[in-house]
Amino acid sequence: MTPALPSRIEAVVIGTSAGGIDALSVVLPALPAGFGRPVFVVIHLPRERPSLLASIFRSKCAVAVREAQDKDPVEAGTIYFAPPDYHLLIDEGPSLALSDDELVNFSRPSIDVLFESAADYYGDRLLGIVMTGASHDGAAGLDAVRRAGGTTVVQAPDEAQSAVMVRAALERGPADHVLTLAQIADMLKRLGGEAR
Amino acid sequence: MDAEVDATRQAASADIELPLLLDALYLKYHYDFRGYALASLRRRLRSAMTRFGCRTLSQLQDRVLHEPASFPALLDFLTVPVSDLFRDPSYFKAIRERVVPLLRTYPSLKIWVAGCSTGEEAYSLAILLREEGLLSRTLIYATDINPQTLQKAEAGVYDIDRVAGFTENHRRSGARSSLSDFYTAKYQRAVFDKSLRRHIVFSDHSLATDSVFAEVQFVSCRNVLIYFRRELQDRALGLFKDSLCRRGFLGLGARESLRFSTHAAAFTEMVRDDRLYQRRDDA
Repeated sequence: MTPALPSRIEAVVIGTSAGGIDALSVVLPALPAGFGRPVFVVIHLPRERPSLLASIFRSKCAVAVREAQDKDPVEAGTIYFAPPDYHLLIDEGPSLALSDDELVNFSRPSIDVLFESAADYYGDRLLGIVMTGASHDGAAGLDAVRRAGGTTVVQAPDEAQSAVMVRAALERGPADHVLTLAQIADMLKRLGGEAR
Repeated sequence: MDAEVDATRQAASADIELPLLLDALYLKYHYDFRGYALASLRRRLRSAMTRFGCRTLSQLQDRVLHEPASFPALLDFLTVPVSDLFRDPSYFKAIRERVVPLLRTYPSLKIWVAGCSTGEEAYSLAILLREEGLLSRTLIYATDINPQTLQKAEAGVYDIDRVAGFTENHRRSGARSSLSDFYTAKYQRAVFDKSLRRHIVFSDHSLATDSVFAEVQFVSCRNVLIYFRRELQDRALGLFKDSLCRRGFLGLGARESLRFSTHAAAFTEMVRDDRLYQRRDDA
């Protein structure tokens, strides 16, 4: 039985790196067409390669999938990928903001940058999810989500293709839920099934 | 009171403190960050608070108002970050292929690099124009609001560790020579050629508060507008439009565009993927 999430959740942030495409391929297609919330994703990829993420996931997902563009108003029921070589932040509106400020945890986009700015904006209405990865990025970000009263989920380290990122997140502080990818997918499906 | 409620209250206080700090900086130092996008500003100010050992933005405001010597350090946190030489090589390739042939038709050239930070973009363009045989008749205005980064830009000295990346970028930009022709390596530093610098004027200029200062054929302003709110973006784009000659060129960052601007109609898209625009004849 997967845990139910608080219905106040208005937005979801997901961070992952090594093994992330496979993990996202389990989680994102589970979002039902009427999910009704934006989902912001940072996945570490080589910086200079144009990202094909949006086109890869568009065919797999029931909700809209886009690469984030600076100043775009946030639309519910849409998955936004951070573009390569830019940080993605959530700004007033809510709207999307990009920055080319220095690398954080050797990464741009950085999970911490996305999570911290989303926690600023959404406060306790945010769900933060950290999954497989080989870096410490995301630990501080998930901590910010927790401190703002948001809900935190970490992929079970045993299952993660690379457990460094999830362990770092858990060492920083307890998560509300530690789940397998299948459970995370199920949890999001149920969240999406609730009327908003 | 539990921790969650406390965190929410602090966020709300920061929302009050942030505009007050920006007003203070403007009134005291005439630096206007009031039109900047808040999310990045908040993040940069958070780093500054850590550096200054301040717990709140109010404490930071107190410090910067009463200890003017701390302002330059704060300014470093607030201004546009360092770039690379030939960052986004395809942008420079597109300039070579599409813009340079038209620039050749002008007897003398003026180019404006707006928000030049530590100078990487200005040197990249100078090298490109030298390779294309145009630098001798070109003057590049490279402007920024931070006098400290302008000084670094003027020195044209970069850490040798960065040069391998610069070289690879340069090669992919359609280079006609070797980047090593343009710098001397010494003491772990690459010092760029003075003959490039002779064609660059570094100066203090704010897109938020200053006006047009010259007519130019090309404006390159990359990864600056993403830090501005729409109103300030529009002000900056208005300056570029007014500064450009008819059919002059505008280059923006890889993720920037004119789509939310009231000035969009004044430009045509030249190379969509590389964000090169041309001012319309009738605009």
